[in-house]
Amino acid sequence: MNAPAPPGGTPPRLQLTGISKIYPSVVANDKVNLTVQAGEIHAVLGENGAGKSTLMKIIYGVTHPDAGEVFWEGRPVHIESPRAARKLGIGMVFQHFSLFETLTVAENISLAMDEKAAPAALAPRIKQVSEDYGLPVDPMRLVHSMSVGERQRVEIVRCLLQQPKLLIMDEPTSVLTPQAVLKLFESLRRLAAEGCSILYISHKLDEIQALCDQATVLRAGRLSGTARPKQETPRSLAELMIGKELPVCHLEPRPTAEVRLALRKLNLNSDDPFGTALKDLDLEVRSGEIVGIAGISGNGQQELLKALSGEARLADPAALQIMGQDAGGLDPAARRERGLCFVPEERLGRGAVPDLSLADNALLTGYVPQYGTGMVRRGLVQRAAVTDFARKVIERFNVKCGGAGAAAGSLSGGNLQKFIVGRETLLAPKLMVVAQPTWGVDIGASMLIRQAIIDLRDAGVAVLVLSEELEELFMMSDRIAVLADGRLSQAVPIASTSVNQIGIWMSGTFAASADGGAHHAQA
Amino acid sequence: MLRLEARPEPSRAMMVASPLIAAAAMLVTGSILFRFLGQEPLHAFYVYFVLPVTSAYGLGELLLKATPLVLCGVGLALGFRASVWNIGADGQLTMGAVAAGCVALYFQDVESHWVLPLMLLAGALGGMLWAAIPALLRTRFNTSEILVSLMLVYVAYLFLSYTVHGPLRDPDGYNFPQSKMFSDSALLPLLFEGLRVNLAFVLALVLVAGAWFFCSRSFAGYRMQVSGMAPAAAAYAGFGETRNVWLAFMISGATAGLAGVGEVAGPIGQLQPAIPGGYGFAAIIVAYVGRLHPLGVLLAALLMSLLYIGGESAQMELQLPSAITGLFQGLLLFYLLAADLFIHYRFKPRLREAPVAAAKPAEEGV
Repeated sequence: MNAPAPPGGTPPRLQLTGISKIYPSVVANDKVNLTVQAGEIHAVLGENGAGKSTLMKIIYGVTHPDAGEVFWEGRPVHIESPRAARKLGIGMVFQHFSLFETLTVAENISLAMDEKAAPAALAPRIKQVSEDYGLPVDPMRLVHSMSVGERQRVEIVRCLLQQPKLLIMDEPTSVLTPQAVLKLFESLRRLAAEGCSILYISHKLDEIQALCDQATVLRAGRLSGTARPKQETPRSLAELMIGKELPVCHLEPRPTAEVRLALRKLNLNSDDPFGTALKDLDLEVRSGEIVGIAGISGNGQQELLKALSGEARLADPAALQIMGQDAGGLDPAARRERGLCFVPEERLGRGAVPDLSLADNALLTGYVPQYGTGMVRRGLVQRAAVTDFARKVIERFNVKCGGAGAAAGSLSGGNLQKFIVGRETLLAPKLMVVAQPTWGVDIGASMLIRQAIIDLRDAGVAVLVLSEELEELFMMSDRIAVLADGRLSQAVPIASTSVNQIGIWMSGTFAASADGGAHHAQA
Repeated sequence: MLRLEARPEPSRAMMVASPLIAAAAMLVTGSILFRFLGQEPLHAFYVYFVLPVTSAYGLGELLLKATPLVLCGVGLALGFRASVWNIGADGQLTMGAVAAGCVALYFQDVESHWVLPLMLLAGALGGMLWAAIPALLRTRFNTSEILVSLMLVYVAYLFLSYTVHGPLRDPDGYNFPQSKMFSDSALLPLLFEGLRVNLAFVLALVLVAGAWFFCSRSFAGYRMQVSGMAPAAAAYAGFGETRNVWLAFMISGATAGLAGVGEVAGPIGQLQPAIPGGYGFAAIIVAYVGRLHPLGVLLAALLMSLLYIGGESAQMELQLPSAITGLFQGLLLFYLLAADLFIHYRFKPRLREAPVAAAKPAEEGV
């Protein structure tokens, strides 16, 4: 292929042609083309597993393509390493930050710079740059005292100090409140206006429409199209992304019955030094309703999940009640005996054992005698019952796999999540707790999983869902609460709140106790 | 240059082939070694690996030496599957021997069929008691069971030495540090006239079958396997870690204790300052060469036993040093660990030459 040099015009800032990257088990990129102009905010859109991250890693020199060419301002380049990428003028803000918590902002940035610069010498530059772009950070502050949004600013400022010509942002808003997202967008627009190109990776269509000039859409490693997001509808973009009509799920109002899960002044200290302690959590979940808990990871989500599952025991047994009985001191098995089923956020290694077959993974939680599966009799595993159950899950939830004997680790994320949700669903719970039901799951499978959870609620199960995706919670919850900084807001009916309101709560501003507008919902 | 890359899933073929590759590599290295020692490799191999098993007596010795290896190895394999690292089987073996010895000496003058079962029981309990210490410390204080169980081996050696120098010393033994010889009813019956292999080998086979059943059919075996493979999944499912650690130590302690009984009530016939062999340590190799599978342990124990008696044969016939046995054992484990890498990894052929040029327009950028 020839280097693209449009006669007369300036060459594009970055152009990729025919990029392919093959991993042993998957083709991550298959002949992908991408063109980014100077000063353009360019979205790379695709579902989880579509190959966005691989493509970005190739641009940033973290991995190398198996085929294809990269042109930088019209000239072919081999980007050998991130250092070489930075030298060209490419900066990247990763989804997961790499900051030392015990150091200051200036010290962190000094460590990450390619040229040697003392923290003290950098401080004024950091201040200058951060103020110029509306990303205020104090260079002398210690990182551990900063919120996630502030830490992200540090990462962005670090890139900006190198005066990049192309800034790659990988899912930057997944950790931000809606208000912080708007601020970030302002800064990015200012940056683009000065001629810096931005590659913006996301699967959130509304953000891309609000921010981006151009979009390249990937599907299953292939280029599925390019679009001008502002001229598209979310629906048409989504169809480009998943390639078929969007399925939907239905939530009809229905009456609730008795309280099946109650938190009463639940307190729990985290055993992780950087974890978040839970403070005086109050919540009730009734038969026949879905209560959603919004909030950004790291605000006590891990701790709450462990307190619910029984992996962490509570000092006060009455602080957690299952089916009206004190359960705070019970272990996970005893809680399951009382009718709890649980879908953890971590699929491989917690929700399923990667090296064991799906049948053996059905046994993982199906053994509890109260579920009545007959998987264990007199201490012996009943193979036939176990395999039957696994087959039922696979069939009922349309799990794509090589049968009940396939290792759990061989399934894609979405299919494994379908299996785990299916397993817990078919165990006929009285109370179901689901963490991040559709994290890393494609849209088709997401809808199936959400519908399965809604069906449980319609059958009278009390359901608690923890999710980072507000859109999802608004789609499937009857009531919604926010967990921020280890405190839980009251749970309000979906109809009486808004994404904006919940967004404000997610930043930690809410009255923790009673007398809110929707308290009657709990009565 | 070849590069390693992760396999999409572990290779089952390599899992089976790895011990065979390791054995072959051990033989190749061994032949080089023999050459340097001035031996004709083929003859040395014959003396080492074939000659010992050409007679009925040799076969009997093979099974005799394999017995404690099978017993210890099966127990350790079950524990290792659950990621409980009991390194102290030799200490548990020693304490089992002491406990059984006490019973035998107490009933020195009693002619009864009950003495032997009682000794087996005492031996198993002795091993379990010794294994209970690391289990307790691990579950209560989160200590490393590797270090604790290993250190307790040497305590057990000293305890045995104390008993035969002190309370259990044969008063008519001319001050030799050893106990009285056990009476006939305290000795394991021989399986064949003229061979030294005894009933303990049958017991070992029964335990292999039991362990196989435990692993493949019982829910407790499944729980231990999950605890070993994915501790977080075990916690999620409600399989307590404490129970897992205790079960693993009790099983491996009991089988090691039985191995100790097999030694003192078998070929030795009395308590001595040291139970020779280091079977409890060799059994760690046996467990891994046997892929932590009971049937594999049986085969690996026979191989290891052959290394032992082959080493003796080499000492006698070829005047090679006794260290040759340890050397072959070490080679086997070393090659096994190396070959095991290829269960999860494989060589990636370089399809195209590496891109040499770094970012060419270096004058660009900052």
